Amino acid sequence: MDIDIRKVAMLSRIRLTDDEAAELGPQLSNIIGYVEQLGAVDTDGVEPIAHPHDIAMPQRLDVVTNVNRREALQAPAPQTESGLYVVPKVIE
Amino acid sequence: MPFSTLSKIKDRLDAGATTAVAVAKTYLDRIAAFNGDLNAFVDIDPAHVLEQAEASDAYRTKHGARALEGLPIAIKDIFCTQDGPTRCCSHILKDFHAPYDAHVITKLKEAGAVLVGKTNMDEFAMGSSTETSAFGPCHNPWDIERIPGGSSGGSASAVAAALVPAALGTDTGGSIRQPASVCGITGLKPTYGRVSRRGIIAFASSLDQAGPMTRTVKDAAMIAAAMSGHDSMDSTSVPDAPAVDWLGACDKTGMKGLRIGKPKEYFVDGMDTGVRAAIDAALAECEALGAEIVDISLPHTDAAVAAYYVIAPSEASANLSRYDAVRFGHRCDNPDDLLDMYTRSRDEGFGKEVKRRILTGTFALSSGYYDAYYIKAQQVRTLIRQDFINAFAQVDVIATPTSPITAFKLGEKTADPLTMYLSDIFTIALNLAGLPGLSQPCGFVDGLPVGLQWIAPAWREDVILGAASAYEAATDWVKAPINFGGEA
Repeated sequence: MDIDIRKVAMLSRIRLTDDEAAELGPQLSNIIGYVEQLGAVDTDGVEPIAHPHDIAMPQRLDVVTNVNRREALQAPAPQTESGLYVVPKVIE
Repeated sequence: MPFSTLSKIKDRLDAGATTAVAVAKTYLDRIAAFNGDLNAFVDIDPAHVLEQAEASDAYRTKHGARALEGLPIAIKDIFCTQDGPTRCCSHILKDFHAPYDAHVITKLKEAGAVLVGKTNMDEFAMGSSTETSAFGPCHNPWDIERIPGGSSGGSASAVAAALVPAALGTDTGGSIRQPASVCGITGLKPTYGRVSRRGIIAFASSLDQAGPMTRTVKDAAMIAAAMSGHDSMDSTSVPDAPAVDWLGACDKTGMKGLRIGKPKEYFVDGMDTGVRAAIDAALAECEALGAEIVDISLPHTDAAVAAYYVIAPSEASANLSRYDAVRFGHRCDNPDDLLDMYTRSRDEGFGKEVKRRILTGTFALSSGYYDAYYIKAQQVRTLIRQDFINAFAQVDVIATPTSPITAFKLGEKTADPLTMYLSDIFTIALNLAGLPGLSQPCGFVDGLPVGLQWIAPAWREDVILGAASAYEAATDWVKAPINFGGEA
């Protein structure tokens, strides 16, 4: 299958250098080519599952359990200021 | 002493024959001596290890021993720990320090364990050889020119060489069992939902499960007992999971009446003949112990790898979208704008295998392809799960090889990602079905370990532990590599 690697990379928000695109493009086609064997499996009327067990997601009680840990949680951020995350200018 | 089992170390500690500090020093010395050869640990803070050991000795004196009191356990770099770095062996997390402990880390600490360093792994657990690590490949103590398996290769290598008596791993498509197999140790993947995933860096959320890697079956049971249990903060942690008598299950010595399924799809051409001979011998041993070997079929086995390589990358592409260079992780220098920041930071931060999986998953989930790939793979997943349900109507447990081959050479499979993917052929199906599995040593081919895989119905880890304990008691395949102080 012909895959537009540049388009997939942009959807993935990954810049690819020309060398990377040249290497990854054919590899991705190979992988997708391999998984296409799924098409040969008869799945008429088979329900898809997203999770191994037939259970509903449990819900916690609606009570406050967390304390304010803003400083600790923001400590790994590349750039913060006054408790806010700093990113490149979005609005002109 | 270094090649002692965890339970023997526990007995000596409980008898007052040694202290947690003395035990910790033994293993820290071995890490200092051998980690250069193996690259099993990517972070180690000896002072912090000794502090924990001292605290454990003090706790024992004052309050008595908890379940894992003073026992050293190494941690795969995928578990968030407040102490030290958590990097998932990726450049994108090279400066990351987790603001909280994973639930299982909290549980191990509460059980008195001494947590030792961070072990090497494939970047974001994506790989079968620990060669995609941002910190360089890890080596197999049975032959340091060979891979230790993956993704939990550092944990497997460290336990096999007795740099530590036990370690934690995670298993998405075989990442505990396959490295355990090729390094000659025991690895247990619990039933999906048995162990909380909170604080374990997510790869494929519907498949990931953490478990122990140890020398013996009982050691694995000891750690599994401590790390299991419901966590209200993880919606995939099952609240009313059937309980297991972890240690009691390991008292089995025979297999009388046990029906062991032998799936024909797992004994196919292309398997290493030595591996096949070792597995056949293991099954003959089980028969001698009283088990009945029943030929069974898991007809959708062939499609499992393909379904996995749609589902796992799809979930990965969603999970790894969180590395946006805003809240944590690497940010590129001088981004032009927001899009440039996202795309360049992610290009610089992720390694090739991680990019391949994100791209594969993004493609499978993209408009126009979603039904043909993702939904189709989920339907096949239903069929694979049904195969196991049908099989377990006939048998109590299933036995297979863990891997079709022994450890291959570093670099041997890196050129072709698809060949690497196919090395997981025997471990993947049970992740798709959410079942528990265990690999234990069952022989050697040309000096390299072979693993026997046990698979049980959901929540029946006790059946696996019973069968594996009986096999272990009747055989002598738990060995120590000579180059790391083992006996010839």
